[in-house]
Amino acid sequence: MKRLALILALIAAPLWAVEPSEMLADPVLEKRARDLSAGLRCPICQNESIDESNASLSKELRIIVRERLVAGDSDQDIINYLVARYGEYILLTPTVTGANWILWLAAPGLLIVALGVGWTTIRRKPEATDPTLTDDEKAALDKILRS
Amino acid sequence: MINELAHFALILAFVVAIAQTVMPLIGAHKGWRGWMAMAQPAATSQFILVGFAFVALTWGFVTSDFSLRVVTENSHSLKPMLYKISGVWGNHEGSMLLWLLILTLFGGCAAWFDGGLPETLRARVLAVQSSVSVAFYAFILFTSNPFDRLAVPPFDGQDLNPLLQDPGLAFHPPFLYLGYVGLSMAFSFAVAALIEGRVDAAWGRWVRPWTLAAWMFLTIGIALGSWWAYYELGWGGFWFWDPVENASFMPWLIAAALLHSAIVVEKREALKSWTILLAILAFGFSLLGTFIVRSGLLTSVHAFANDPQRGMFILAILAFFVGGSLTLYAARARVLAANGVFGTVSRESALVLNNILLAVSCFVVFIGTIWPLVAEMVWGRTLSVGPPFFNAAFTPFMVLLALVLPIGSLLAWKRGTLTRAKKPLWGWALLAISMGALAYALQSGRSALGPVGVTLGIWVVGGALLDLWLRGGRENLAGRLSRIRRLPRADWGKSIAHIGVGVTTFGVAAILAWQIEDIRVVNIGDSYDVGRYTFAIEEVVRAEGPNYVTTMATIDVTKGGRDIGTLYPEKRFYPVAQMPTTEAAIRNGILRDIYVVIGEPQANGGYAMRVYLQPFANWIWGGCMLMALGALVSLTDRRLRVGAGASKPKRVKAVPAE
Repeated sequence: MKRLALILALIAAPLWAVEPSEMLADPVLEKRARDLSAGLRCPICQNESIDESNASLSKELRIIVRERLVAGDSDQDIINYLVARYGEYILLTPTVTGANWILWLAAPGLLIVALGVGWTTIRRKPEATDPTLTDDEKAALDKILRS
Repeated sequence: MINELAHFALILAFVVAIAQTVMPLIGAHKGWRGWMAMAQPAATSQFILVGFAFVALTWGFVTSDFSLRVVTENSHSLKPMLYKISGVWGNHEGSMLLWLLILTLFGGCAAWFDGGLPETLRARVLAVQSSVSVAFYAFILFTSNPFDRLAVPPFDGQDLNPLLQDPGLAFHPPFLYLGYVGLSMAFSFAVAALIEGRVDAAWGRWVRPWTLAAWMFLTIGIALGSWWAYYELGWGGFWFWDPVENASFMPWLIAAALLHSAIVVEKREALKSWTILLAILAFGFSLLGTFIVRSGLLTSVHAFANDPQRGMFILAILAFFVGGSLTLYAARARVLAANGVFGTVSRESALVLNNILLAVSCFVVFIGTIWPLVAEMVWGRTLSVGPPFFNAAFTPFMVLLALVLPIGSLLAWKRGTLTRAKKPLWGWALLAISMGALAYALQSGRSALGPVGVTLGIWVVGGALLDLWLRGGRENLAGRLSRIRRLPRADWGKSIAHIGVGVTTFGVAAILAWQIEDIRVVNIGDSYDVGRYTFAIEEVVRAEGPNYVTTMATIDVTKGGRDIGTLYPEKRFYPVAQMPTTEAAIRNGILRDIYVVIGEPQANGGYAMRVYLQPFANWIWGGCMLMALGALVSLTDRRLRVGAGASKPKRVKAVPAE
């Protein structure tokens, strides 16, 4: 693993995230390209988007994204194009399909449950502690008071 | 010779730790004072033995003793002294030794400064703390011995990863470990209390300083790491939602929840079993973080020492301590009945809400971090969970937290109303919203992020200031100020830390919303504008550093003809490690950072150049430092000081006598 990282670093050495030569002249298209590539994972890196990555594969992917944009594809077309080739692994935003529903809904669900539990606990508490004395306690108290 | 002695010292400490785990527990159960009392000298000797081993390893690095395997693999005779020393913990074996050193240091502190702890509780705390050490001694001795020798020592070492040769990163791991390991004290107190079957206000007061200290160190450690990423990685990002960053962020969130709920235990004797659970979880997440970093199970930019055997060992430690303590919790939590009663609108309820939000946001980070693993194991789907998910799923909880923070912190204990605070709070809310609206009107792109950050920042900071102001009573200005000055340190700490939260919130929103980026090819002699600044490229030279070669540009920055300064961005190459690094040149400012990075020479002449204008960047780390400072001020409160429990002065709440 360490060696692999080293090899990748060596391959990547002469390259350098988004390069001026890759960039599109049209600022609107370029903006779309940047936004798109920030959401696409570099397939051979460790948790970097192709926008940040120095790997040569990322450079190629950035160029592909821009070529598709110039050809007039919509953002979704480009995403589909890349997912068809690299799988959903390339998406940094997990899709809301199938089991991923659990991922997206887990936290809001837990919040609702936690709020519910918290609310009932807080509401219930005053009833739980009965301020009046039990008969035993009353007897004990009487004894103390009388003595 | 010294290395073998250090190795023996570790083995000896291992044996002492086993004794310290078993004997005080039995002693506390049977009421044998001698057996309980052995815990203190044992904790001290553990610290001395591990300290000796650590000094020995440091000596090996300082003198470049290449007969040691770790030194060969992570050091080089030409490396500057600072990085020779920081190299001790810049690798797996050494960092585990540092971890252990801090663990025994905390154990020792618990033995030395007991603050009038009952005998049985102290014995049990030290025993539990020592049981954690036992696991880590075994881990070091059986899987990652730092004193491993090489049969044939090489002539020179392989150098430390150049990215790690940086002052910010030299001190990042020690602080992080002080935080991670500090949470082991909260854990030990929680487990000891479960064995004891007793949690009361005194317990809350004992456990709080440890949690506060751990949280403070964790805050500093995370801030240093983020600051390092900002200036070293070369694209001006400060947080990447990387598994390893998340690994440190999860215990931080839980520790933040814990130190709030421990207040409720201390002041009102409520939320006891919840606080115990948080203490267990906080340390559990620390162990999980260690597991994530060292197993290589989750790919990350800074995973080091990926070894399945080590991963399995840490997983076993994690399973034992978290599983064991949760089982104990399930069996004993019922004993911890709450005494404190509180109304629906009260400080306690607000703190419950704080805890819910922090715990759920920690859960978001947790599920996002492990989801790729779960999806692959259960459904065979290979997928990624990246920054866009965390930004979308995590941010709402922080926004909610910032919204309720000022209101909650002003509520009274037990049964609160906001009558007195209502008017000024409305004022602040109005001010915050109108400033947000102003920011919205002024900015060019219509993103809501920046304005929301402005609003929340002002709201939280204002709430914290208002809190202090209202504590000053209803007298004239002079009386008020003098009373505010004499408020307990804990109150000051609370306000400072809350101001820090507001400042960081604002900084994060501002940099994300208003960053300006410019990438282009430049030639020597070029001059161009980014934002309101003009950048002139004076020269580009190649030079040599102590253990690297560098390409350095000289760039003059002016703003409307006024000289701002000269920046020297560098691109370095470390020949021993065969790695390039970028050294961004940053002109720090209160309102903005100018951030310049030089790239590769282009085929047809010139250099790639990136310029970022980062608005309010330093506010992010400034806010973190305020949070840490708040914790520090709070730690010095006399209530938490050693032995202060007995002679706690009554605080005058009503009108003073004079």
